Amino acid sequence: MSEHEHDHDHPHEPITNGNEPPAAARARALEQLLIEKGAISREDVRERIDWLVSRSPTDGARLVARAWVDPDFKQRLLADARSAALELDLDPGPSPVVVAVENTDDVHHMVVCTLCSCYPRALLGPPPAWYKSFPYRSRAVSDPRGVLDEFGVELGDDVELRVLDSTADIRYLVMPRRPAGTEAMNEDELAALITRDAMIGVAQPAAPAPIG
Amino acid sequence: MTYHPGQRVRVAARPHDGHHRTPGYVKGKTGTVERAYASFKNPETRAYGADGLPEQPLYLVGFAQRDVWPDYAGQSRDRIYLDLFEHWLEDAE
Repeated sequence: MSEHEHDHDHPHEPITNGNEPPAAARARALEQLLIEKGAISREDVRERIDWLVSRSPTDGARLVARAWVDPDFKQRLLADARSAALELDLDPGPSPVVVAVENTDDVHHMVVCTLCSCYPRALLGPPPAWYKSFPYRSRAVSDPRGVLDEFGVELGDDVELRVLDSTADIRYLVMPRRPAGTEAMNEDELAALITRDAMIGVAQPAAPAPIG
Repeated sequence: MTYHPGQRVRVAARPHDGHHRTPGYVKGKTGTVERAYASFKNPETRAYGADGLPEQPLYLVGFAQRDVWPDYAGQSRDRIYLDLFEHWLEDAE
């Protein structure tokens, strides 16, 4: 029995949405309203979700691995990552400009979106929860070396750290350094070393540990 | 595109009531144009149902971290880059 006063005349339990988080309830209400107004359809929503969850960092890793083994492709990737993705029959996503930036012995790049969670979803899959979190978004710009340290990336004092805050229409993909000890590996083997985090710039690929 | 790579620009320090893509931490700071991309629909009007026209030129602008954060604890050569629309930039040369 409800204890609060109503201006309608029937008793009921407090109205809740169970354990649904407030943000989920808001998104659901917004979706329902947009459907009722005819702005979108349920099918539109389903197709977009299907597209998003079908993406994975495997595609980005293929781009980077090809660039590691093919210097001409690397130049094309750095000049225009969207065209380079299309060259490999990969979907570069809806952003009109995709930029790949190269990590070297002297320069390290990392990507953040302080405004929300922008990053090249088509090539990396859905962004991880930490990428969308307030602590990462605020500290990646003001204390990026502290953040990298927590991710286990040791950056020398002589390395120039460049943070990219993707505040508008451009999407940035980090091309990590090819690790030492991978000279004998082929393109597919190399691709398996390249993680989503490495292409955000918060991890460094490592050569596989020797077996035995 | 009014500005060119290598040009020094200052980010307007003005407040903006409503959606915009210029983070407060670079307002009033001076940096260098790294890339001049192209023109894109203006998110400040597009966010409210308008068509976002006229399109606004978009630049990648780089700043010394120590110019942005006076207490920056990293190395002096560290930099931060943002995508900024032309109507937020002023010539600083």
